[in-house]
Amino acid sequence: MTTSARLLAAPPATGAALTLQDVRLGHADGVALPGTVTLRIAPGELLAVVGPSGCGKSTLLRTLAGLLPPLDGQVTQDGVPVTGPSADRALVFQEDALLPWRTVRANVELPLAIRRVPRAERRAAAAEWLDRVGLAGHARKLPQHLSGGQRQRVQLARALAGRPRAVLMDEPFGALDAHTRAGMQDLLVDILRGTGATVVFVTHDVDEALHLGDRVALPGTGEVLDVPHPRRRDAQHDPGTNALRRHILDSL
Amino acid sequence: MTAGRRLLRVAALGAALGLWQLLTSWDVSLWLRFEQFPTVGEVGSALADRLGTAAYWQDLGHSLRRIVLGFLLAAVLGVALGTAIARSRWAADLLGPLVEVVRPVPAIALVPVAILLLPTNEQGIVFITFTAAFFPVVVSTRHAVRALSPVWEEGVLTMGGGRLRVLFSVVLPGALPGVFGGLSVGMGVSWICVISAEMISGEYGVGYRTWQDYTVVDYPGVFVGMVTIGSLGWLTSTAVELAGRRATVWLPRPAGRVASGRSRPAAFRSGSRAAARGGKSAAAASDGISADRSAAPAAVPRKEPVP
Repeated sequence: MTTSARLLAAPPATGAALTLQDVRLGHADGVALPGTVTLRIAPGELLAVVGPSGCGKSTLLRTLAGLLPPLDGQVTQDGVPVTGPSADRALVFQEDALLPWRTVRANVELPLAIRRVPRAERRAAAAEWLDRVGLAGHARKLPQHLSGGQRQRVQLARALAGRPRAVLMDEPFGALDAHTRAGMQDLLVDILRGTGATVVFVTHDVDEALHLGDRVALPGTGEVLDVPHPRRRDAQHDPGTNALRRHILDSL
Repeated sequence: MTAGRRLLRVAALGAALGLWQLLTSWDVSLWLRFEQFPTVGEVGSALADRLGTAAYWQDLGHSLRRIVLGFLLAAVLGVALGTAIARSRWAADLLGPLVEVVRPVPAIALVPVAILLLPTNEQGIVFITFTAAFFPVVVSTRHAVRALSPVWEEGVLTMGGGRLRVLFSVVLPGALPGVFGGLSVGMGVSWICVISAEMISGEYGVGYRTWQDYTVVDYPGVFVGMVTIGSLGWLTSTAVELAGRRATVWLPRPAGRVASGRSRPAAFRSGSRAAARGGKSAAAASDGISADRSAAPAAVPRKEPVP
């Protein structure tokens, strides 16, 4: 890993959904990461951030979420400075972040309950999202009665039920086995369709980043690279993707 | 619990009573002296007599009222203070040291304080009972709140939840298992203290009556008091225990108990166990489906995460 963490990308013509301008990232304990980050993420884009553990991916995500203040520089969403956490930027965790004492349905309803959406409307929305992640029959179960993969699907449903403008995902499938993981990637692509949400997807899996991302950001070198065929499994081994994979693996 | 185990438990109690009866009716005196000790029969008939008197039930009512009042006060204020100390630096700095200094003082040693501070004896006893249960609740709540998983709170914050939402949707429900640990301990300690306080300064109550019987050398009466305290203590502890289990059904139960839980009567527990079993198999099945969907592309060798 290099010490620079500069991410540079040309601003997309349409304007940016999320921007970091000369941001110095710091951990929760106040220790600063080396370098600064400047990054523009276009509306509806899926940006994959790939790098080894400890390179500051999670810190970047928590800073975007507003859970960690940047030590310097500015973070904005749709032109408005980010000053703290908000429902406009949902966070999906690698760990099991569902509230274990709430049923699956009550967990998915939570972002709507916080916004004081009427009960009937909440129920309907939760049912719809659970259906979309394939868990319609599990609404009244407690999270502990689901498998790890199912719990991550509930997390996805919960994050999207609040209709956030951006979804920040911190290695959401990192703890899943390879088969479940591939299924979850397809599910994610499927349910993001039509939401218009901007997604920042942090992973340490290069193939996952190459499959899901419109662009791939490498905090280690500061590069942001276009993916030739995003979200096409049949293009995973075409020459362009292979070249990009080789480049990423070399720079990690 | 199976009928066999139930029987075993009753038999164990019965054996202890039988041993007591033998030792006392034979006036055994081998270093331990049982000549003056009332027999089970004497205690039993004294208890039967007392059960027929209004005074017995009045004493019982007084003690119970003191326990319930003191304990509820301790539960509410203890959870509030424990949460405040765990969540707020101000509360930790301003109130933390005070709690640490007062906590080691045995509640019963606060009798003079109660007498000086509070206008009536009755309030004094409730105060002692309250202090006894208060500190276990504060300490266990503080630990439970500090041990909460940070992702629960971060999740709620990134759904737009504020401080109050985090408090009521994450902190309090999440801390409940730990809080109930403190409540169980607190209930035990408050019985010790209510009885002691009644012995020192009561006008009614099981502790007061027990001490009265002792001063007039009515030993069977003393034992009636002990049996009463034991039963009430057991009842109230069980009530706390049951309430705790009901409030924390979401806690994962050890898998071993699922396998061995043949015929447990409590409906909600066997229900959750059945759900657990059903959930597991259903989970496996639908994961299979999602894996199938992507089986073809996943068959291409996937690179493992870079080190």
